[in-house]
Amino acid sequence: MQRHLISAADLSRDDAVLILDTAEEMARVADRPIKKLPTLRGRTVVNLFFEDSTRTRISFEAAEKRLSADVINFSAKGSSVSKGESLKDTAQTLEAMGVDAVVIRHGASGAPYRLATSGWIDAAVINAGDGTHQHPTQALLDAFTMRRRLVGRDAGLGRDLAGKRVTLVGDVLHSRVARSNVDLLHTLGAEVTLVAPPTLIPVGVESWPCEVSYDLDSTLPKCDAVMMLRVQRERMNAAFFPTEREYSRRYGLDGDRMAKLPEHAIVMHPGPMVRGMEITAEVADSDRCTAVEQVANGVSIRMAVLYLLLGGNEPAAAPLRAEEK
Amino acid sequence: MSKILIRGAKVLGGEQQDVLIDGETIAAVGTGLSAEGAEVIEAEGKVLLPGLVDLHTHLREPGREDSETVLTGTRAAASGGYTAVFAMANTFPVADTAGVVEQVWRLGKEHGYCDVQPIGAVTVGLEGRKLAELGAMHESAAGVTVFSDDGKCVDDAVIMRRALEYVKAFGGIVAQHAQEPRLTEGAQMNEGVVSAELGLGGWPAVAEESIIARDVLLAEHVGSRVHICHLSTAGSVEIVRWAKSRGIQVTAEVTPHHLLLTDELVRTYNPVYKVNPPLRTERDVMALREALADGTIDIVATDHAPHPHEDKDCEWAAAAMGMVGLETALSVVQETMVDTGLLDWAGVADRMSAKPAQIGQATGHGRPVSAGEPANLTLVDTAYRGQVDPAGFASRSRNTPYQGRELPGRVTHTWLRGKATLVDGKLT
Repeated sequence: MQRHLISAADLSRDDAVLILDTAEEMARVADRPIKKLPTLRGRTVVNLFFEDSTRTRISFEAAEKRLSADVINFSAKGSSVSKGESLKDTAQTLEAMGVDAVVIRHGASGAPYRLATSGWIDAAVINAGDGTHQHPTQALLDAFTMRRRLVGRDAGLGRDLAGKRVTLVGDVLHSRVARSNVDLLHTLGAEVTLVAPPTLIPVGVESWPCEVSYDLDSTLPKCDAVMMLRVQRERMNAAFFPTEREYSRRYGLDGDRMAKLPEHAIVMHPGPMVRGMEITAEVADSDRCTAVEQVANGVSIRMAVLYLLLGGNEPAAAPLRAEEK
Repeated sequence: MSKILIRGAKVLGGEQQDVLIDGETIAAVGTGLSAEGAEVIEAEGKVLLPGLVDLHTHLREPGREDSETVLTGTRAAASGGYTAVFAMANTFPVADTAGVVEQVWRLGKEHGYCDVQPIGAVTVGLEGRKLAELGAMHESAAGVTVFSDDGKCVDDAVIMRRALEYVKAFGGIVAQHAQEPRLTEGAQMNEGVVSAELGLGGWPAVAEESIIARDVLLAEHVGSRVHICHLSTAGSVEIVRWAKSRGIQVTAEVTPHHLLLTDELVRTYNPVYKVNPPLRTERDVMALREALADGTIDIVATDHAPHPHEDKDCEWAAAAMGMVGLETALSVVQETMVDTGLLDWAGVADRMSAKPAQIGQATGHGRPVSAGEPANLTLVDTAYRGQVDPAGFASRSRNTPYQGRELPGRVTHTWLRGKATLVDGKLT
């Protein structure tokens, strides 16, 4: 494992499978009455959030607390950052207080990379989403969810997603979730197809390890998983598509379209969902939709990442597995 | 003023000759010239060029003296072998009145490291709406002939047309920063494979090419000259080539960094590579080199853009755009054009001295190295190779993309009208 987690593209197949396997162990902790491990006792993790993100921040915080880390939450709003303090000074200030890891969410693509590589700080850096670049823990929790559902909770251990067909639908251009998923799913052996109006596909996508289609209906029958990306309503003001209704008709997932999926296929969404835009309530609330499950899995994945980056060599929840056997 | 004998220099890279400077003028060029009464500079093996002329420099004064001043910028220029620089208008206040251009011009004269020719803004405040008093700037002591809103594009087609027409009255020229603003909203780097991966807003080549295409057609229509700043794409080269073949009066410049660096470097997210127009692809770099060699691109201009450390020591999106260039330009041109066999030293003298002086009407600069000409000269140790160390820069800023990179060539001497501004690599 590397010292930082900046991009899903940095993970080897073995790294990724190790994280997924470790997350399964962590998930078992969640099933116990006392959901806490002593692994990161005495270690301090700061959640440095320059962008509002309640769900990701809470997910990291839950993971950190279950590993017994001391947690500092820092949100840019109302802090010295809003008074013009630079990222460098903010990070150095926090490190001076003795921080072992920085979980950073930032609106500028590459900000976590800069933090990890500029010699500003020594702490481990975990990217919790940067601009339209990467969101690696999201991709990991998505892969975790797919492996559980499509390969099996126990059967999946040690395995990747070879041969699974995954379709990502929506605003790929502005999506760090899409970039991270394309990288990680490719590494794990899945076949990825992006579906979006051409305006929401980046120029340069031809170098990505995936297929691109403009037609959702023709791809659905061939999917094992379809992931709906959030489409912000503001986008239509910049002429990315004409109207919300036209977007929904052409690229939204409703009951009729869901019926075209193979029986076993799942519907995923990283949240927050825009119901009525990319997904109808019928689909969002159906058994096939894993949106809520993804949130739960997010805590396990983030525990695994924190443990592997900070926890050193001691076993995480290994005694537990022995217990269960 | 005393006499100086430059002995055994390869004039424009040719045969070794002696060059005798008497006062402000080149007195003689030949072999075995008498050294009597002259200070002798042993220049055997070095290349002697006419003093370099930069048509595109940001000196930042007035307004951003924390990044550069006329003094530090002209010292950097002398250090890089330049004897004349054209100072861009995007200062604070903007150089859009006779008062501001005269101030910059006067500061250059006082410091004496190189001639400073201010460029006037095309429009008031660089806002693209209302023509600045171009005639007043031309008639001022600064004698402005080049006008540019550089940093911003004169994107309104009517304003651009009027500016092109208006400056004909006094032989002026408009230098366009070609960037279609709507196509580059939120742009952070070249749009392509790398931007798609990095999730940085794309600056598409077409945003430059569409403006160049429009402006060469406007220049043709109204019979004016137009100059294209920092041309950066293979497509732009094709358009300029086509325009020239049609007889349109267009000239174009390329920066040293666009001749060497590509957008692959942005993968480091190090804002030292953030520049406008952005670093492009390998294919563009090769097309630019070829175009500079065949004359489609007329000149090399540095777009020397100093920024204080804090404006680069941050995340990419928050960083300022631009690179310093005066002190590394000749080395980069040697690396990309001379050592590759694309251009000889006479060609370098043409692209970095004669042509820019001609386009900007810098009297006394870019002249042949021959008797009777003003002694504006640059002596280059072309055999030298060394790592770029920004700590040694004369510029107030250090935002060079070449830190630690090994580059060939080193300017050892610069003379401005017979007065040494750089001796053995040290400013006087």
